[in-house]
Amino acid sequence: MSGELRDGRIVVVGASLAGLRAAETLRDEGFEGSLTLVGDEPHPPYDRPPLSKQVLLGRVPATGTGLPARRPVDAQWKLGVAATGVDGIGKRVFLANGEEVPYDRLLIATGTRARPWPNPAEAALDGVFALRTSDDAAGLAERLDAGPRRVLVIGAGFTGSEIASACRERDIPVTVVERGPAPLVGALGGTLAAVAAEMHRRHGVDLRCGVQVTSLEGDGRLTGARLSDGSTVEADVAVVALGAVRNTEWLAESGLAAGPRGVTCDAGCRAFNMYGIVTDDVFVAGDVARFPHPLFGYQLIALEHWGNAVAQAEVAAHNMVSAGPFRRPHLAVPTFWSSQFGHNIKSVGVPTYSDQVVVAQGSLREARLVVVYGYKGRITAAVSVNRAKWLDYYQNLIETAAPFPPEPGAADRTAPMIPLPSDVPDPAVLSHGPTVALTGHLPDRRLTLVRPGG
Amino acid sequence: MAADTLFRRITDYASRPDPYPLYAELRESKVAPQDDGSYLVGTYHEITALLHDPRISSDRRHRSDPEEARLAAELAPSFIGLDDPEHDRLRRTTMRPFGPPHTPGRVDAMHGEIVRIADELVAGLRGRQRVDIVDDFAYPLPVTVICRLLGVPREDEPKFRGWSDAIVGGLDLNPDQDPTERTQAATEARRAMGVYLGGLAEGRRGKPSDDLLSAFVNDQDPAGGLNRIELMVTSVLLLVAGHETTVNLITNGMLTLLRRPDQLELLRREPALMPRAVEELLRFEPPVQMLPQRTPLVDVEVAGVTVPKGAPLILVLASGSRDPRRFRDPDRFDPRRTDNQHLGFGSGVHSCFGAPLARLEAQIALTALLRTLDGLRLVDDPPPYRRSPVLRGPRHLLVEHDGAGV
Amino acid sequence: MNIVVDLNRCQAYAQCAFLAPEVFELHGEEALLYVPAVPEDQQERVHRAAVACPVQAILVGGAAGADVR
Ligand SMILES: Cc1cc2nc3c(=O)[nH]c(=O)nc-3n(C[C@H](O)[C@H](O)[C@H](O)COP(=O)(O)OP(=O)(O)OC[C@H]3O[C@@H](n4cnc5c(N)ncnc54)[C@H](O)[C@@H]3O)c2cc1C
Ligand code: HEM
Ligand code: SF4
Repeated sequence: MSGELRDGRIVVVGASLAGLRAAETLRDEGFEGSLTLVGDEPHPPYDRPPLSKQVLLGRVPATGTGLPARRPVDAQWKLGVAATGVDGIGKRVFLANGEEVPYDRLLIATGTRARPWPNPAEAALDGVFALRTSDDAAGLAERLDAGPRRVLVIGAGFTGSEIASACRERDIPVTVVERGPAPLVGALGGTLAAVAAEMHRRHGVDLRCGVQVTSLEGDGRLTGARLSDGSTVEADVAVVALGAVRNTEWLAESGLAAGPRGVTCDAGCRAFNMYGIVTDDVFVAGDVARFPHPLFGYQLIALEHWGNAVAQAEVAAHNMVSAGPFRRPHLAVPTFWSSQFGHNIKSVGVPTYSDQVVVAQGSLREARLVVVYGYKGRITAAVSVNRAKWLDYYQNLIETAAPFPPEPGAADRTAPMIPLPSDVPDPAVLSHGPTVALTGHLPDRRLTLVRPGG
Repeated sequence: MAADTLFRRITDYASRPDPYPLYAELRESKVAPQDDGSYLVGTYHEITALLHDPRISSDRRHRSDPEEARLAAELAPSFIGLDDPEHDRLRRTTMRPFGPPHTPGRVDAMHGEIVRIADELVAGLRGRQRVDIVDDFAYPLPVTVICRLLGVPREDEPKFRGWSDAIVGGLDLNPDQDPTERTQAATEARRAMGVYLGGLAEGRRGKPSDDLLSAFVNDQDPAGGLNRIELMVTSVLLLVAGHETTVNLITNGMLTLLRRPDQLELLRREPALMPRAVEELLRFEPPVQMLPQRTPLVDVEVAGVTVPKGAPLILVLASGSRDPRRFRDPDRFDPRRTDNQHLGFGSGVHSCFGAPLARLEAQIALTALLRTLDGLRLVDDPPPYRRSPVLRGPRHLLVEHDGAGV
Repeated sequence: MNIVVDLNRCQAYAQCAFLAPEVFELHGEEALLYVPAVPEDQQERVHRAAVACPVQAILVGGAAGADVR
């Protein structure tokens, strides 16, 4: 690291997973200047994935998911105060309390928030929740402890499905309403969505797909909901799990390429400005970032995944203190997990970047399997359900651009290896929005949907 | 050509005290075809890739050599020698009374008992001028533990010791010996031990006690449990795997530390380092040196070499754990090493079933020995080794006290 | 003492669930649940578990932001 980069002032906006890991990496790499972390939540960095799992199951209090530190960061923490803008010329971050924080380099790690219920009056009904923060989780957990008559979950993406799973485990009646044809279809495609639907039903979820909640009913207090098929659901708790919105509004005047799809950056996490010119002092990491990935045709992708936040934060931090030729690209193969209904779902690659799938190991019937995704004859993703120990093999195939379908020969491949259409719907038909947004051009899967001879 | 004779040199008994230079030679080529048709792999990344490759079978019945396949088929394999989904089903069933998710507290609850056993054994060493770490400590400890766990009377040890020796002998890989004979002897021993353990289990039917044999016959398992044959071969696997390996870990541990008095002192001073030190031992002197059971189900390409369907594929774990492309300063024993994803317990779906128990036993055993014994020196270095190149460890480890007594 | 498990790395070897069963729990065959804020009396077990994890997925540390003023 050159002396100049070792010193100076670095400001990190967003004091959660990505912000924390970036701060630690900066110090690890020898940054000796001043470091400021700004976060609008009042809590020190905590972990979100347990909020929809351990916390809702009642195993862990909502306040008990604090992240461990890898090392001391010797930072100034400004918590409970939002950043409201950036002056890229004067190199200052504006805070909601009127303060201005000067920087030499800035990291944007403001993540996402829960997409709110579109009708504010209905959203304000007592009993209507979203789940993104520990405060959200505390409120929802308290209601679940009180034993509601029925919980309505709106949207069957990962978060919605995990919430439904936790409720059923606690024997709380649940109705899940999803606009798309099945749970998780937006992230995993049709084959695994069928497995997911079966898990919901086997665990006693009242699952309603292909319908929408049109209104939430109640008088101060939620009593139920009306659905697009004319039916109604009685519920005293509703959780809005309609996906996430990227926290970029505060950058509206910044001149950066920031918008609803995230803050666009290059493979080295440097933000673009609105003219598409890469900046050299503003970096982006985590859920809020939108970046090109070489494994996926250099399309701009945004990943709402824990692992991406960690890996990208490390690359961003490294590049913030490294001179040009020593900078690294963020190339990590995307990975994520979800656990629901006692099943461990793990993914490598980008399942939505696919036109076909095969069941490579195990069986759909047992819900223990590995599904492999391909796009134009190349393996692009693999998802395991209760088969995590095999996933390394497929990660290697993705990294080496191995041909799809994978070579036969697996001992536990019970089904014949017949590629099926991957059936990833257009995100517009989903309730919850995609957790992986391929924001460039979508692969044209229609080409392979019509296959002669099936 | 060196590669042709490398396997012979590794399995040669004269190499037992220090096979590591041969492993360095092995790593020069990522895959080393041998003149007997087998393929040796000794590099870390290739081994881990193969352990996670679903096309690599653990079932010897898939060997293309008809004699080998026939021998393997004589007695039903236990789950260490089966592939998914059968392996998975049996392993989960066997796990039910042993570990999570159904019995999460069993190993943790054995902690106090293992400490007591270790303390008793150590007490027996006090005041003696000369001690054999193997016979007096490292062997009786895991035998006692696995007997308690399974529910096998400790007094029967002389009975099963012979069978166990023959079973381990079946893993001898010397290509110059007739494999039929030693495999046959091992099969006979497995059969006899299976009948013995099956009998013990039957005796518990309807009379539940707190051990695995009882659980196998008495507990309700929605997946159907173990049938009679499965129960026998699984119990044999547990009894043998449960002590023939751990004895070597404890002994290799003492040997390694006695050769490095500064590290020994360090661990005596900082017992909190022991968990890490045991991981380092599993990397540096692993009790299971290689996995001789693997067979590709189709032609598989490894680092540019095609390993044909049905060929013996031997994964030399001990070599992978010393691969300089993975570990910094691999030939150094460093009990503080943090980046240590060693291959001591294998990896992937067959990774060691008893690993948490073995870890605890070794941590407790070495802590007890270090705490009690002071001023020891090795009588022979290197010590005499057991025959097997697979389950490698000293046959005896004689130590003497400098002064009046231990 | 706090922990976080990188569940992308975790392959459900369950060493942690054996060695510190009050902190780590297998939920079903391979989904891992754990208590992020480790109680005092479990710290030694958690240390053992973290060292034993075959894929080194368990990160142990003081609570992040402990220096928040
Ligand atoms: C309930 C739940 C379950 C999840 N489960 C999984 C899972 O199983 N697997 C998985 O891979 N991922 C999961 N995730 C996703 C994972 O938690 C995220 O990918 C991760 O938190 C992203 O980290 P981040 O730091 O980029 O963003 P965030 O965690 O969103 O942090 C951004 C922070 O910035 C703050 N902020 C926003 N705007 C401002 C501003 N203007 N000024 C100051 N601060 C600001 C926010 O309040 C927040 O604290 C889950 C998420 C949730 C909510
Ligand atoms: C230090 C001690 C030990 C070492 C080094 C060790 C090593 C190993 C290794 C390397 C494997 C992988 C085999 C393969 O992939 O083919 C394995 C499997 C196995 N071990 Fe251990 N082991 C030890 C102790 C134990 C104990 C104490 C038990 C029983 C309580 C045990 C039971 C098993 C079983 C049943 C398998 C087969 C697992 C499967 O096929 O799924 N081991 N062991
Ligand atoms: S020991 Fe590691 S791999 Fe195993 S379950 Fe725990 S965290 Fe996962």
